Amino acid sequence: MTGHTTDETDDAVQRDVERTASSDDERSAATDGGVESASGGAPAAELDPDAYDPVDVFPGGDLDLREGADSCYKCTSCDTSCPVAEVDDEFPGPKFQGPEQWRLKRKEDHDIDESITSCSNCMRCDEACPSSVPLSQMHNEARGQFVEEQMEKLSVEYIRNRILANYRTSARLASLTPRLATVAMNFGPIRVAMDKLLGIPSERDFPEFATTTFREWWRDRGGAKVTNPEKRVAYFHGCYSNYNTPEVGKAMVRVYEHFGYEVLVPKQGCSGTPMFANGMLKDARRHAETNVEHLVEAIDDGADVIASCTSCSLSLRQEYPELFDIHGIDDLAEHTFEALEYLRIHEDLRGALEDASLDANQSFAYHAPCHARNQGLERQAVETFRDVDGVTMEDVGDSCSGISGTYGWKSEKYEKSMQIGDDMFDHMEDAEGDVGMTECPTCAMQMEHGTGYEIRHPLQLLEEALDA
Amino acid sequence: MAIDSDVLVVGGGLAGITAAISAAREGAHVRLVSHKASTLAQASGLIDALGYVPPTEPSKPLREGPPTAGRNLDRDEWPDPDGPLADPYDAIASLPADHPYRLVGGDALREGLALFDELTGAAYHGGHTDQNALVPTFGGSLKPTARYPTSAKAGLASDDRSTLIVGFRSLTEYDARALAGRLDAGGVPFEVAGAEVEFAEAFRADTKITRIAKALDRDEQIEGTPAREALAAAVKPHLTDAIDQGDVGRVDRVGFPAFLGDDESTAVRAELADRLGAAVFEIPMGPPSLPGLRLEDLLYDALADAGVSFETGMPVVGYETDEDGSIDHLLIDRKGTEVPYGAESIVLATGGLVGKGLDSDREGVTEPVLDLHVPQPSERYEWFVDDAYGEQPYARFGVAADERLRPLDQDGEVSHDNVRVAGAVLGGADVAREKSASGVSLATGLVAGREAAMEV
Repeated sequence: MTGHTTDETDDAVQRDVERTASSDDERSAATDGGVESASGGAPAAELDPDAYDPVDVFPGGDLDLREGADSCYKCTSCDTSCPVAEVDDEFPGPKFQGPEQWRLKRKEDHDIDESITSCSNCMRCDEACPSSVPLSQMHNEARGQFVEEQMEKLSVEYIRNRILANYRTSARLASLTPRLATVAMNFGPIRVAMDKLLGIPSERDFPEFATTTFREWWRDRGGAKVTNPEKRVAYFHGCYSNYNTPEVGKAMVRVYEHFGYEVLVPKQGCSGTPMFANGMLKDARRHAETNVEHLVEAIDDGADVIASCTSCSLSLRQEYPELFDIHGIDDLAEHTFEALEYLRIHEDLRGALEDASLDANQSFAYHAPCHARNQGLERQAVETFRDVDGVTMEDVGDSCSGISGTYGWKSEKYEKSMQIGDDMFDHMEDAEGDVGMTECPTCAMQMEHGTGYEIRHPLQLLEEALDA
Repeated sequence: MAIDSDVLVVGGGLAGITAAISAAREGAHVRLVSHKASTLAQASGLIDALGYVPPTEPSKPLREGPPTAGRNLDRDEWPDPDGPLADPYDAIASLPADHPYRLVGGDALREGLALFDELTGAAYHGGHTDQNALVPTFGGSLKPTARYPTSAKAGLASDDRSTLIVGFRSLTEYDARALAGRLDAGGVPFEVAGAEVEFAEAFRADTKITRIAKALDRDEQIEGTPAREALAAAVKPHLTDAIDQGDVGRVDRVGFPAFLGDDESTAVRAELADRLGAAVFEIPMGPPSLPGLRLEDLLYDALADAGVSFETGMPVVGYETDEDGSIDHLLIDRKGTEVPYGAESIVLATGGLVGKGLDSDREGVTEPVLDLHVPQPSERYEWFVDDAYGEQPYARFGVAADERLRPLDQDGEVSHDNVRVAGAVLGGADVAREKSASGVSLATGLVAGREAAMEV
C-alpha cells in the first residue's frame, strides 16, 4: 500500500519534471548563462582587461565565474563564517564548494561533490569574503549542476527536496482546506510516515495555514485604499505571508498606506529561494519569469518592489541577476527593497516614531536572518525601535538560526540544524522578552520550535506603534 | 531622501570602530558602513603599538637603476631594526616625520589604548603598564605587543615557567615542535618542548578551527568522551613525556593553538587547566583566527552599546561634494540600488593595500572611495627595493594627512574639510615591520572620530 503511494508520487513528480524540462527549451545546462551579470560583486571596471592577456585555461562553463575564482586568496574567512562547517564533519566548507570545486570541474573531473547538497544556502560566505568572490553564485551553479546531472530523479531525496522547494504548490493546495490541512499535516501517524518515507523530520510542527490568505483579504478589502501615482509600491508578499502569516502582509499594507503609499499587489510566484537551496533551478526560473514579467510591469507604472521576507528580497536582488538572463531582471533587482529598509530610506521613520508609544511595555528577542545580513539589514529592527517608548529590542547575536529555509526540514539535517540554532536559543532565553522577532518566516519557525516563543515580524510592531 | 547621520564612518575594522565610538562619545549620531564583514576575523587578536623602528636608510647606498627582484648579486644592505622595543612611547620621536604617530602624538596612542581597555574589559590585559609584552606567535617568534587577550596571558615570554606547546597533525600550519624549537633558539627564559597529540584527528582532515572551537564550546562527545576531557586526556601523557624532547619535567603551563572555544572560551580554558594541573594559554594564529573573531564580537557589541548605527555588506560607490570641496553625501550600493548617505563629516577607515582601502595597478596607487591623493613616486620601479625585508616604499603608501587627520592634496593643502582619515589607509607607517597596525588604528581612530564630531 505504502509502496503504491510512493510510486504514484514518483510518477507525478516525474511527469512534472518532464513537463518542466520540455517547457525550458531543452536546456542541458542547469543555468542559462547570465554572462553579462556574472561578474559577481566586483564591477568589471576594477580589473582592466587591457592590462594583461588572460590565458583561457578554463574554457567552457555556463557562467563565467573565472574572475571570482581568481579573486580568492584562500584567507578562509568564508569557512569561518559557515554555520554548517561548524557542526558538520562531512562538510568541507564554502571555499571548497566555491572557487576550488569550480576549478576542479573545468578539466576532466566533471563530477560535483555530493557535499554541495549540505550547503544550506545561508549565503553568509558572500558577506564574509573580503575579495567579493561570488561564493553563493558558485554554490548555486554547482548545486544546480549536481541535481540536474548527478542526482537520481526517482530517489526519495530528490522527490522530498522537490516537494520542499515547491512549498508554494503544497501551500496552495493546503489553503483550499486550511483547517484540515493544519490538522492533517501535524497528525502524528502522518508525520511518522512522512519522516520514514520522505525524510521530513517528525519533530517539527508544520506551520498553520491561514483561513483567509493575504490575497483573499486584499480582494475582499477591495484592493488599495490609497491612490497615489507619486508614491507607489508593488508588494511581493511571497508564499508565507500569503498562505501562513497574512497578518504580516496586512501590516505591510497598513503601514505603507499610513505613509501615503499606493500599494499594488501584482501576480506573483515563489521568489525561488527554496528552489535555489535545493538545486531546482528550472523550477526557480519558471517562477522568475512570472515574477519578472509582472513586477517589471509595476515598475513601469512607477512602483518600487517591496518584500517583507528578507529571503524573497535577496533572491530578487541578488540571485535573479546572478543566475538568470531574463529581460528586465536587472531593473527588478535595482527596484527591489525590504519593507522596513525602504521606509528608512524614504520616510522620516525616526520622526514618525518619536511620539509613538505602545499600550504596554513589550520586550523582544530579535534575531537577524542571514539573508538580512547580506543586504545590510541586520541592525534595522533594533535601530528603528530602540528609541521607541515601551519597546525593548534585544539582538540575540550574530549566529545563524540553523533552519535555513528547507535545510532544517530534512530528517538527516535536523540534528545539525538544531545544533546550529543552539546559540540563538540560549541567547533568546537570556533576553528579557519572551516574544521573538525576525523578518524571515523560516527563522521564525526555528525560533518558535527551539523556545516555544511567539514570533512576530517588525512590520507588525511598526503597525502597532504607528497605530496604522 | 538620504539616510542622514552626523558622522559617517566608512570601514568596519579596528580604526573604524574606534572612530565611531570616539565620535559617539562626543555626542554625535554616528553610522558605520562596511563593505564586507569586519576583517578583524582575520586579525591575530593581539594589539600591538610599536615593537620595532625599522631603518629607513640602507647601510650602503643602493645600486643605481631599477631593482632586479633579487637576480642581482649586488644586494641591498639594511641595518637591523631597532627593537624589540620595551617602551613604544619612547620610540615615537625616532619615526619618520609623516608617520601617523608623529601626526597625532603619543598621547593619542595612550588614549586609544585606554579606550580599547575600557571596551574590552576583562577580555584583554596589558593596560597596567606602558611596556610591551612579548607574546609567542604560532611561527615561534615573540611579538612585542601592548595588549593581549586574556587567553594568551599565561604564555608571556617574560614568565619563566616551564612550557609545553601542543600541536595537532591536522593543523598543518602549526608545528608544535618547530614552534618550541624556535622559541628555545630565540633564548626564552624558560624550558620549552613541543609535542604533537592525538585529538584533532577525530575531526575531518581539513576541519575548520571553528568546528573544533564549537565542539569544545558545547563539550560534544568525541568518540564517546566529552571534548574537553578528551583533549585533556590527549595532552596529559605529554606533560612528562616532554622530558625526552626538551629536558622538561612536569610542565607548569601548556600552550594550545588558539581554538579553545569561542563563546565559552573562558570555561574551556579553566576546565583544561583544572584537568591538566597546569596553566593553559592560547597561541594566536593566522587567519582564520578565533581571537580575532572574539574581538570582533566584543567590539561590535561595544558599537551597539555606544548607540552607533551600523550596516555591513554594502560598498561606497560614489560621493557628491559641496562647492567648498567638502563631502555632502556618499552613495552606497544597496544590492544594485545607489542610496545617498548624508553626513556632516566622514571618517575614512577603509584599510590599506591588503584591506582594499588602497587599490593599485600598473598605473599607480589610488584611494578608491573618495579619490584622495596618495603620494607615490611616478616611476613604478621606485615603489620597491630588492630586499624583500628592506625598506619597501610601497609599505608606507597611503593618504597623507595633517595633524587633525584631514586629507592632503598633492600641494599639501587640505582637500576635504569634513573628512578625517584613520587606520591603514593613512600613509607613513610600515605597520608590518614596526608591529604598529593596531596602535595606529586606535590612535588615529580616536582622533579622527573626535575631530569628525567637532564638525557637527
